[in-house]
Amino acid sequence: MTGAQSITTRQRGWLSSRRNQERLKLGFAYFICTAIGLIYIFPFYWMLATSLKSDQEVFQWPPAWIPAVLHWENYPAALNYIPFWLYMKNTFIIATLSVIGTVISCTLIAYGFSRIRWPGRDIVFIAYLSTLMLPFQVTMIPLYIVFRNLGWVGTYLPLVVPTFFGSPFYVFLLRQFYMTIPNELSDAARIDGCGELSIFWRIMIPLTKPALFTVALFTFLAQYSAFLPPLIYLTDQKQWTISLGLQMFKNMYGLQWQKMMAASTLTMLPPLVLFFFTQRTFMEGITLTGIKG
Amino acid sequence: MPPGIPPFHTSPPRMEVMDIMSLFGVQAKRASRGWKWKELALGIAFISPAIIGFLAFTIYPVIMSFYYSFTDYNILQSPLWIGLENYQDLIKDDAVFRKAIYNTLYMVLIGLPIHLTFDFLMALLLNTRIRGRSLYRTIFYMPSITPIVATAILWLWIYNPQYGLANSVLKALGLPTIGWIADPFWSKPSLIFMGMWYGGNTILIYLASLQDVPNELLEAAELDGANAIQRTWHVTLPMMSPVIFYTMIMYMISYFQYFTEAWVMTAQRSGAAGGPLNSLMFYTMYLYQNAFQFFKMGYASAMAWILFLIVLAATVLLFKTSGWVYYRSE
Repeated sequence: MTGAQSITTRQRGWLSSRRNQERLKLGFAYFICTAIGLIYIFPFYWMLATSLKSDQEVFQWPPAWIPAVLHWENYPAALNYIPFWLYMKNTFIIATLSVIGTVISCTLIAYGFSRIRWPGRDIVFIAYLSTLMLPFQVTMIPLYIVFRNLGWVGTYLPLVVPTFFGSPFYVFLLRQFYMTIPNELSDAARIDGCGELSIFWRIMIPLTKPALFTVALFTFLAQYSAFLPPLIYLTDQKQWTISLGLQMFKNMYGLQWQKMMAASTLTMLPPLVLFFFTQRTFMEGITLTGIKG
Repeated sequence: MPPGIPPFHTSPPRMEVMDIMSLFGVQAKRASRGWKWKELALGIAFISPAIIGFLAFTIYPVIMSFYYSFTDYNILQSPLWIGLENYQDLIKDDAVFRKAIYNTLYMVLIGLPIHLTFDFLMALLLNTRIRGRSLYRTIFYMPSITPIVATAILWLWIYNPQYGLANSVLKALGLPTIGWIADPFWSKPSLIFMGMWYGGNTILIYLASLQDVPNELLEAAELDGANAIQRTWHVTLPMMSPVIFYTMIMYMISYFQYFTEAWVMTAQRSGAAGGPLNSLMFYTMYLYQNAFQFFKMGYASAMAWILFLIVLAATVLLFKTSGWVYYRSE
């Protein structure tokens, strides 16, 4: 009786100590984060493992957690199933052109919305931002008809040309950066006779390089993984992006999981490599934007 | 800022500027007004790509889409005015449309809260004095940069009813297996689970915002006897509410437009899509089918406008009920 009491008081004592509470909390945090972290990583491992399995191993029970023999030949086989490199090339062309268009247009627009004090600027900016809420589906059909009449369907133009006219989201992001640069700097340059374009080019661009890089990175990734616009506009198989190619692969050879996983692994590789080399930019960008690339 | 350059507003502009102004008879006092016109022209010049883009890629299509929604239009022939018929057909007779609305609302009303709550809790855990936080951040962020099509195919394999990883894990744990996306009941929860995997970037947004919560406030609350849950509820949550509100709006809009994952996972070679019993037929999928498979452009435009109105109403509703959002006055 007394023993049990002393245990409970001791326990209460242990728990009421701040340090031990902290410890318990931290232990719990470690446990949950690690468990969920493993769940986050495992699909990647499973993809890789499947991509190196033999046909029998893929469909075996209990599942082979580690392939007995690494079947690297699945990779060249996957690459031959679809014109993988052609689709990669197409994707890179579209993504690169979009990056150029987005960076040029959005920097100019963001400059106009942040560094020049013109009447009505902030109202116009809010109106411009509000177009973010307009679903893509509303403009999708009329734009398709316009591009069709221009003869652009079946070319990269409908995917690339609009990027040269700005995107409210990236304008918003860049504007946030531009606002942090002291006005005195550009005012001083203005007094020294600098034109607006040279202030833009000589002061703003060099000072906001990290922001530009963030925008370029996010645009690239967004275009790399875009699906619906290419699906609508790229009618010729030779122009397909890798996303469209993978989807076709799935529909045609759906049961060859090891090859599908090989193709998926190769498709995921460029963004992941890019991510590992530019982690800092990503982490800074994400806290500013809150969207996925 | 280089030293020695005085801020503009504390020192008068250089003489040259004043000289030029006076050439046009502009008094020093009125100079600011003259400057504003110049700045207006400059500002417009800089944002001109946005103006052109806004007119060509937003205003014009929005107006045309509204017009098409009252027409019968198959692209080949010119649009034929049929009044409200598209809207009537959609609301009265189209079972797939109703199903698509149900499925989409399911994602918005169930998927979105689960997704954001999970991300918030994970951010709280990562905000403890845990070591290797940057490693965890990398792990949770990584899935979100993978291309959606590759992700969807990977999860299609994981969810494979016979040989997939998900059922293998259930079997290994001695649990009954389920059909995942092949089962009309589990298909949407499966997509929500997958969405949590590649939506882990929200954890990082919340984590960044958690680190902005002033420590003094938390310590003050602790001194007043608030426990961890109370501190989270009464201090952390209000301080983070603008960020939470922002993610709610952004994700709500994107959940309403849910397309690629479900399309990739359910589309057949024949062009059919939507999964078992249309349980994965989302709004945009049906819209896409109407527009680009059935070439019912007018019908699809009516759908687009209904979606627009729903999104608008939901956004207004969120803003109207945003009394819980606390804006720090700085």
